[in-house]
Amino acid sequence: MGMNTQGRPTRMAENISTGGYAETTSGSKGLDQAEALIYERGSVEQTGVDLPDVKGRKTRLGGLERQSKLGMPGLSEPETMRHYVRLSRKNYAIDLGLYPLGSCTMKHNPRLNEKMARLPGFADVHPMQPASTVQGAYQVIGELAHWLMTLCGMPGVAMSPKAGAHGEFCGMMAIRAKLDADGQTHRRRVLVPESAHGTNPATAVQCGFTVDEIPADETGRVDMEAFKAKLGDDVAGIMLTNPNTCGLFERDIREIADLIHEAGGYFYCDGANFNAIVGRVRPGDLGVDAMHINLHKTFSTPHGGGGPGSGPTVLSEALAAHAPVPFVVQKGESWELVEHEADAEGEPFGRMAAFHGQMGMFTRALTYMMSHGSDGLKQVAEDAVLNANYIQARLSHVMTVAFEGTCMHEALFDDRFLADTGVTTLDFAKAMIDEGYHPMTMYFPLVVHGAMLIEPTETESRSGLDRFIETLEALALAAKAGETERFQAAPVHAPTKRLDETKAARQPILRWTPSNEPEMEAAE
Amino acid sequence: MRYLPHTETDRKAMLDAIGVASIDDLFTDVPEAARQDGLIDLPRKQTELSVERAMFAMASKNISASSAPFFVGAGAYKHHIPSTVDHLIQRSEFLTAYTPYQPEISQGTLQTLFEFQTQVAQLTGMDVANASMYDGSTACAEAVMMAARVTKRNKAVMAGSVHPHYVEATKTLAKYSEVDVVRTEPGLGGLDAVAELIADDVACIVVQTPDVFGQLHDLRSISEAAHAKGVLVIAVFTEAVALGLVEAPGAMGADIAVGEGQSIGVGLNFGGPYVGLFACKDDRRFIRQMPGRLAGETVDADGRRGFVLTLSTREQHIRRDKATSNICTNSGLCALAWTIHMTLLGEKGLKQLAQINHETACDLADALDEIDGVEVLNDAFFNEFALRLPKNAAEVVDDLAKVGVLGGVPASRLFPGQFDDVLLVAATETNTEEDIAIFAKALKGVL
Repeated sequence: MGMNTQGRPTRMAENISTGGYAETTSGSKGLDQAEALIYERGSVEQTGVDLPDVKGRKTRLGGLERQSKLGMPGLSEPETMRHYVRLSRKNYAIDLGLYPLGSCTMKHNPRLNEKMARLPGFADVHPMQPASTVQGAYQVIGELAHWLMTLCGMPGVAMSPKAGAHGEFCGMMAIRAKLDADGQTHRRRVLVPESAHGTNPATAVQCGFTVDEIPADETGRVDMEAFKAKLGDDVAGIMLTNPNTCGLFERDIREIADLIHEAGGYFYCDGANFNAIVGRVRPGDLGVDAMHINLHKTFSTPHGGGGPGSGPTVLSEALAAHAPVPFVVQKGESWELVEHEADAEGEPFGRMAAFHGQMGMFTRALTYMMSHGSDGLKQVAEDAVLNANYIQARLSHVMTVAFEGTCMHEALFDDRFLADTGVTTLDFAKAMIDEGYHPMTMYFPLVVHGAMLIEPTETESRSGLDRFIETLEALALAAKAGETERFQAAPVHAPTKRLDETKAARQPILRWTPSNEPEMEAAE
Repeated sequence: MRYLPHTETDRKAMLDAIGVASIDDLFTDVPEAARQDGLIDLPRKQTELSVERAMFAMASKNISASSAPFFVGAGAYKHHIPSTVDHLIQRSEFLTAYTPYQPEISQGTLQTLFEFQTQVAQLTGMDVANASMYDGSTACAEAVMMAARVTKRNKAVMAGSVHPHYVEATKTLAKYSEVDVVRTEPGLGGLDAVAELIADDVACIVVQTPDVFGQLHDLRSISEAAHAKGVLVIAVFTEAVALGLVEAPGAMGADIAVGEGQSIGVGLNFGGPYVGLFACKDDRRFIRQMPGRLAGETVDADGRRGFVLTLSTREQHIRRDKATSNICTNSGLCALAWTIHMTLLGEKGLKQLAQINHETACDLADALDEIDGVEVLNDAFFNEFALRLPKNAAEVVDDLAKVGVLGGVPASRLFPGQFDDVLLVAATETNTEEDIAIFAKALKGVL
């Protein structure tokens, strides 16, 4: 036993140090079981699948048989089951509790959606089957497109973007294509509020634009004077999140839309926060030209530990002709797929990805929408906004609300209430972990010092919110009472103590390496 | 509504606590002209049963791959997925977790990503891999942009035998950048046309093996030629199972290997969600320019091993307009399915699976090659190959569908106006001898 060449333990038992698990021999602690890497558990001789025998016939590989080493261990089925079930128990999840990550809309994921997505008629269908054998799949895309366009009050939608950021790319590409088609090739500057998600400036640059930041005013919204001053002949458009990342509705949004249009630019709306207004406000009525919709936020397709997402992008009349291929069209009773730019009536800016979009997310989202209906979706927005305001109202006496007034679907606090306590936003968040909650979004948006952005979503009950509020209240009071150490040591009840992210970045270890194989064998 | 916990009593009490009279008071920032008075014109809420009926009705209009002799490939492949995979990815703790931004309560996701990265690196014969991209096509596009950043050159040469959707996705991503993407003439030949374009101002060449026609390529000599001019080699694959039997891109000189991971653990799903695999050499210049998330190993405050997302200064949420990519959400749950399936297989199972795929395809090629006027065009293939038919391939595919056989993809669907008589067919471990016999008979019948 010992450390391998990268200075890390090669066996779980060695992970024992002075604290935490030191009390047990195995490294486990009751139901919190230590779990080694598959490379430390499995063997290259083991497999968890039974396959037919190979025939040993002559290959037709042109002499390209693999000579290089693989080195991938296998595990039997029961070992596989335990490995992943044990690991799963080290994760927080919506199904375990409130997941108040602002801007991420972590709401309940109905299992009906999972069941529908797994119908063989959807899950076991190939994207390149002949049209006559996939009419139901085209119909799902068409129906979902109809729901999205109707909810948004917009005449076009591109269904193929694979996530929110991909949808942003789609919308901004459509704007770029429209500008170029109109000879507006001098328009290359995109206005982006400081409070925007990082994806917005990154996307604008991908489309060949430059980014010009707009400051926020003292109410947390776009500074209108600064915005007006930035308008000019070279402006391509604005990328604005609404409700914005401070959880506030941009009151001047219609004026912003009018001004950007008058200036010859287009209005891209980041739809990450659509949950706050779905069924109550149609973005088309706000003057939006393009907006991506995160099906994995508003329409509850599961986040899955970081995807897959889906980012259909609604488009205004001006931009719809530039939607990328492919798309479905209804011809009488049947559906057709337009796959090639040359077959499209408009001028598609290109293709976003292989095949036709995130079908597995479409079936889930459509199931979700049909379950709610227009009445249920309106209630979603109302309860989401109600819950956030309830949290804000009840915590405003112990925590500091970043901007006065009511909020939309998320409540933004800053760290003024922690002034002189020695407790940071990060410490406060880690203490929430010990209390059994996933922390809120921290240090975002950037316009607020030590930001804490809380988005409860509509699927939290009043009693659940009360418990959450009481917990945060108690933590805020504990911080003010000088219990600094408790915060700085947190978390102590999570599967690990605070992890050293600086070390991870300075000495990156991005994979297991076989250099510890001999040590493993020796140890066994 | 079954997903909404509040009663009217709750709502009233909460409005009181907030200090407003009605829910409308919380929406007063919305300009009056944009407020919806009534409900939007869409159907009202439905019971679970009623939604099921509607979804069943749509699903039943599709022919599923398992219900017919099935030979469709061209970038997505039907493989058997062990039951364990779908059970495990539906564990609440995996399914309903977010991106692991709080590592202390996300070790499950982070350790599986670390294992995933290692498996992807091993499979491709590369040093490091990221935590997934959306799919193979977007991974390919990102690889080209990365190569341009690494080499500070602005020209990419793509082989005509790369899947056309990958080429289109790459051209779209590069469209308004400095990077100029050129593609050589599509066809079943070798990579000579690509080799001819290797030059001092080229950032990368992009070659696929097995390519979109199923043809295998030895990348060694072209890699050598590319490296001599400082050109990076991006190796693309759409059938990950092939790498259990065919030489790895990393062993043939690739600097970046990208591909579609769907065939391991992820169902056909009518084209998505899939999982993009992205791997490269362990070179600081490369890793700093990689797109997407990376899980890395570290220690906690007690010195115990743990995992975190790392090197995020490449990413949009830190770097904003200077980020290596705008990607945020990736394909986490599909990556999980991939790594679970790969763990079940191990290299022993993977090699056997790959061998069975190849043998089945060889049997299919033999059976079809015997038909008058039908010719197998590949001299080397894994589990997919191109056939020349004496007839228009798109018509043949439609005719085959009428007799209940899903007989491949007409090449003209990928290359409009070209290869009208070429049919792409794939075989996997899911095809039986009987399937092959039915296909051969049906094909003979429709020609």
